[in-house]
Amino acid sequence: MTENMILAENILQALAAGLLVGCLYGLMCTGLGMIFGIMRVINFAQGDLMMLGMYSTWYLFTGFGILAFMGAIIGPIVAAILAGPILFVIGYYMHKFLVAQVTGIRVAGSEGEGHYAQLILTLGIALILQNGGLIVFGSEPVSIRTPLSSSAVILGPFWGDFVEVFVNKARLVGAGVSIAVVIVLFLFVTRTRIGKALQAAADNSEAALYMGIDVDRAYHIAFGIGTAVTAIAGGLVATYYPFQPYVGLEFVIVMYAGVVLGGFGSIIGAFWGGMIIGLVQQMSTLVLPIQLQNTAIFVVFLLVIFLRPQGLFGRNVERV
Amino acid sequence: MGGSFTKSLGAFALFAAAYVALVFLAPDEYYQLMLTLVLVWAIMGISWNTLSGYSGLISFGHASFFGLGAYTVVLLQVYYGLTPWLGIPLAGFVGALAGVVIGLPTFRLRGHYFALAMLAYPLALLYIFEWLGFQEVAIPMERENPAAYLQFSDMRAYALIALALLACAFVAVRLIESSRFGMSLLAIKQNELAAEGAGIHTRKWKFYAIAASGAIAGVIGGFYAVILLVVTPPTVFGMLTSAQALIVTLFGGIGTVWGPIIGASILIPLAETLHAELGNVLPGIQGVVFGVAIVGVILIAPEGLFWKVRDLLYRRRGADAGPAYTVSDVPLIGERRHDLSGRTMLEVKGISKAFGGVQAVDDVSFTVPEGSIIGIIGPNGAGKTTLFNLLNGFQKPDKGEVLFEGENIVGLRPSAVCQRGIGRTFQVARPFTRLSVLNNVLVGAYVASADDDTALKHAREAIALVGLEGHEDRIAGGLTNIEQRLLELARALAGQPRLLFLDEILAGLGSSEVNAMIAVILRVSEAGKTILIIEHTMHAMLKLADQFVVLDHGSRVAVGKPSEVVRDPTVIEAYLGKKWANRA
Repeated sequence: MTENMILAENILQALAAGLLVGCLYGLMCTGLGMIFGIMRVINFAQGDLMMLGMYSTWYLFTGFGILAFMGAIIGPIVAAILAGPILFVIGYYMHKFLVAQVTGIRVAGSEGEGHYAQLILTLGIALILQNGGLIVFGSEPVSIRTPLSSSAVILGPFWGDFVEVFVNKARLVGAGVSIAVVIVLFLFVTRTRIGKALQAAADNSEAALYMGIDVDRAYHIAFGIGTAVTAIAGGLVATYYPFQPYVGLEFVIVMYAGVVLGGFGSIIGAFWGGMIIGLVQQMSTLVLPIQLQNTAIFVVFLLVIFLRPQGLFGRNVERV
Repeated sequence: MGGSFTKSLGAFALFAAAYVALVFLAPDEYYQLMLTLVLVWAIMGISWNTLSGYSGLISFGHASFFGLGAYTVVLLQVYYGLTPWLGIPLAGFVGALAGVVIGLPTFRLRGHYFALAMLAYPLALLYIFEWLGFQEVAIPMERENPAAYLQFSDMRAYALIALALLACAFVAVRLIESSRFGMSLLAIKQNELAAEGAGIHTRKWKFYAIAASGAIAGVIGGFYAVILLVVTPPTVFGMLTSAQALIVTLFGGIGTVWGPIIGASILIPLAETLHAELGNVLPGIQGVVFGVAIVGVILIAPEGLFWKVRDLLYRRRGADAGPAYTVSDVPLIGERRHDLSGRTMLEVKGISKAFGGVQAVDDVSFTVPEGSIIGIIGPNGAGKTTLFNLLNGFQKPDKGEVLFEGENIVGLRPSAVCQRGIGRTFQVARPFTRLSVLNNVLVGAYVASADDDTALKHAREAIALVGLEGHEDRIAGGLTNIEQRLLELARALAGQPRLLFLDEILAGLGSSEVNAMIAVILRVSEAGKTILIIEHTMHAMLKLADQFVVLDHGSRVAVGKPSEVVRDPTVIEAYLGKKWANRA
């Protein structure tokens, strides 16, 4: 193999990994996009809710017989998807009893329109979930090992007999499921009655209220869905990535970077934002040491909020 | 102000004396260390408060400064043998520098984005320090002369040094609080645009704040390294470091130097004790305590214990704030002579501004003679407020000139425009709600006052001019609508403007209140101020303005005496539609 071939192989390998990880990040970001992009709630606990999604998947898979019943290949996917409804309920009530107390009409006109209260409240929730997780789940990293985690599809060779790309099967399946979930979510929001109510409530809560939409409930549901979607993404990540109760911190910046990059109020935008972050993270390994992978994300994140805070796909006009 | 400063120093002296007693009563090293940690986090909270508590820019990244301070001290000692006695002051310098470097790009952001960007810095630094190979750096033991290297076998020495550091931080922050620095930060917190409009150079003060805040955090981070002995990136750059600074402050009380002290005194011993008692069974109990504390505080007492208690005491003492303002307090002035003969004070030449495809202001020109009252009128959406924003620097026109006393002021910051002698009020009254009436106006007075005594004099004059004497000590948040508008007018006047922009100052007032406000505006005019006023209801303006400039869809459609303008068909069309114009 020549040096060019090695380089080409490395680039293709990073590209493939970036695309697959990007799909999963895209799904996570779509979940946060429902919350941050549509409702404008900063939720610091999103990463930790994702952590709950990972542990839910793990317990469903190992503890509730899904492994025995569905086998090691379909089982984890089913468990990840089932984590969605569980986290929906948690998200719904977390919003109803905590977040809603400091958002919406209740706090209109207070300092910063209640944004600071949200930031700090969700930070508190994040601390409780992280450290409560430590108490309940322990600090030992766990992972959902399946036959897929350690096997790969080999693409190529692309250049003579060389330049082959290994694609981890667990990531491949995860990416496929991610795309399916995003499509279902998109159809739900744009085609169903309740989805349209959510959009109306997000667009102009006051007008929606006058049109007879229960805006409070719509917000609880949107928060629940956002949580559930991120939790499913977490469950899928868990099939190839070992995790512990602090894992949320690693992903919370990824998610915000993706959502900001994608622009507000757009589900598809958030997905592409996450995709770009995934690509940046994986491609950065070509030029940066592996420990600085996440630093690359922070740099991109900072660049985006400095240069284009309205996102690549969004528009934002400030009024004096 | 001087009185309350001495009083708080006295209170601090009492606190310090009690604390020293506590340190010497503590049964063993464990409790002495805990007492030291309380002070460390109180100081860290004060650092956070200096930026976020006063200016309202919420930082989730104070671990950056703390961690850089810690590594400055430990690396200097490991590689250059420098004693922490010198390393800690240097750490303060590094913290201040880091503050300025981080502030340079980050102050362009507001609200959510500022908080998120600040979160990213310490996490990035964490990875960078790990990558640099500083996973675990230990302070070398100095056996020869330990005291010269800030190493004591008696734990109490550290507690006393921490107390001395707290005293320094306390005095520094009290000085900031009671000066124009602190007032400016409070104004920025309440409303950055209003502050800028009141002549406060917001960017400059924010840099001072982040530098001061970074310095305090750097110093205490350096000190923490000394008592910790081993520095690792997660302990100093970790999320919990930033969170703890914020939590002790919010719990105790945001925006007051006592907040972090109260918060740390309660939360740190609580968390440490629980950790010691239950740490084996419940490993994350500290974090849970902090989480629960902050969730509880934000739901029950969103500004912290200090303010909650103060509000309760204040309410119990009842309304000792003096009588409410009544409309009849304002003496009416007779009919106004329409005089447009003064020299030209403001000349607007062909000013335009488009947002996307919408031409908000289109080639508007007019002049404002000295001593006149000019009314800019037009229906909703005519571009009036945009025009104001262009005139005093909140937005930059696409083309055109604004000449104030012959000087082109296009491109100046709003605070610079204000310094030139143009004051403004906002469409939505934005008092600084936690401040008294006097302090609200004082914030506006700083721009034109070299020293604080002059500022106080200007503030009192402005309050007298709008008729709010006797209300100086009331808290602005409790004022009625007209009082808030008068307050805002006084705040603008206190900056000694020669030209005053009033943006819909009559909006939302009842008819008797409108008359009172008109009387006040006339009195301000009598006092020699030139006034440019925006209003969309025309009839109140008939009594007030010497000349109307009528806008519609961003263009100037008429200029003239009020009595002429109201008969102008184009004006009637703009307000009422074509049908009515034809009948007129």
